[in-house]
Amino acid sequence: MDNNSNLKGFLRRDGRKGIRNAVLIVYLVECAHHVSKEIAFYFHGQEVQVIGFSGCYPNQYADRIMNAICTHPNVGAVLLLSLGCESFNRKILQENIERSGRPVYTIIIQQIGGTKKAIEAGKDWISKALVDIDTVERIGITTNDLVIGTICGGSDATSGITANPSVGRAFDRLVLDGAICMFEETGEMIGLENIMSQRAKTPELGVELKQAVEKAAIYYTRMGHGSFSPGNADGGLTTIEEKSMGAYCKSGNLAISGLIKPGDRPTVSGLYLMDVVSDGDPKFGFPNINDTSEVVEMIASGCHIILFTTGRGSVVGSAISPVIKICANPETYERMKDDMDINAGKILYGQATIDSVGQEIIEKVIAVAGGQKSCSEDLGHREFILNYKTFEPIGPACLPV
Amino acid sequence: MNKLMQIHPDDNVLVIRKTITAGDEEEIDGVVILYHANIELGHKVAAKKIQKNELVIKYGVPIGSAIKDIETGSHVHLHNMKSDYIPTFQLDNQFKNGQ
Repeated sequence: MDNNSNLKGFLRRDGRKGIRNAVLIVYLVECAHHVSKEIAFYFHGQEVQVIGFSGCYPNQYADRIMNAICTHPNVGAVLLLSLGCESFNRKILQENIERSGRPVYTIIIQQIGGTKKAIEAGKDWISKALVDIDTVERIGITTNDLVIGTICGGSDATSGITANPSVGRAFDRLVLDGAICMFEETGEMIGLENIMSQRAKTPELGVELKQAVEKAAIYYTRMGHGSFSPGNADGGLTTIEEKSMGAYCKSGNLAISGLIKPGDRPTVSGLYLMDVVSDGDPKFGFPNINDTSEVVEMIASGCHIILFTTGRGSVVGSAISPVIKICANPETYERMKDDMDINAGKILYGQATIDSVGQEIIEKVIAVAGGQKSCSEDLGHREFILNYKTFEPIGPACLPV
Repeated sequence: MNKLMQIHPDDNVLVIRKTITAGDEEEIDGVVILYHANIELGHKVAAKKIQKNELVIKYGVPIGSAIKDIETGSHVHLHNMKSDYIPTFQLDNQFKNGQ
């Protein structure tokens, strides 16, 4: 694509290219959260972000996601904050980050002598890291370097008519231009497992897609609550099937190239479905307790940018990768303009088409990849959450060659 | 159908693309419907008479089924249809008995 040939990314040791160069402060248990926030406080307005895992008990999934996030191409350096006695494997995490070529340092609060000393040491290290990462090599970046995810949050009945099909149109184009695109939330595919499985690249993948949705339906039924909020109903959505159809439009019309799980990283251009529902019996609660947990999982699978559609009006952004807001409802857009990058609701008034909004989305993706801040990013949103889950590895039919 | 749109030719519901205000008239399926209450943007109304237990079709696919007979032009929502998968959770009974 000619129109983004001037974009520059941050070249990482594994060959991936970042569109941001953030410094992460990572607490490895809730007990180290306060110290992390206090350190970040001194760098307000700079790309220093706090993320973490609250749990003290070990979890293979959380471990995998955290390792993937800390070596994400949008990340430049990482400060790990450990209380000292939690079970997170900080040694392996530090080694993986080191191997990825990034500056990394671990502060163990119990060893360094408590809160004050940990904050001072953290401030010193971050100040140096910010200078260090300024020298990261910049390199040309094009659409086929990009990984783009999509999610809908705060959906209403306009989501599936304006913003979601427009993202679908943008996805079709981005994939044809060489990008990797992903959609997720199998709990919001309930009711259309048969329709979706027909889009699989191979019949075997079709079976996997169908089983993933059936798993979600069983899981949510056992939990006693679907992926459906009271606001969805206020906004005119009546059933999970209806919400599903609307959500599904985000995936566009191309064939589905594969089924991945959080942390799996596709390497070939195409459209991928992410299965976000834990395997096995319901164990750690709801598959995704909020939109942010889905965003984090897509980022762990390599997403540089998230296209977030909303009808009711979500304001969240994300740590690590910028979130672009596409507002489906023209009345919401008028009310919450500052939070919205794109007004897809004008389609309802006949002032735009799905094609033209799709094109606007692509242009925004390119601008944000080039360093322009998205609305949520500019407003300082850097949400992050990581929960307990359990996953089996994907089967051989999930990523057909 | 000034404020209404059909998403798919097979649909038996229409989508409101501009909030309907009390006093609005819309012609649906050859019948002129006078609305006595507001219905918000994005909500659905019946494109024709829908019988109890009949599937409600939007986007050309079933999105649930009617739990009572629904007249042409009536608001279609939680008070007259349900999911055929997972029941819809509500904070209050706003939509249970019609509004």
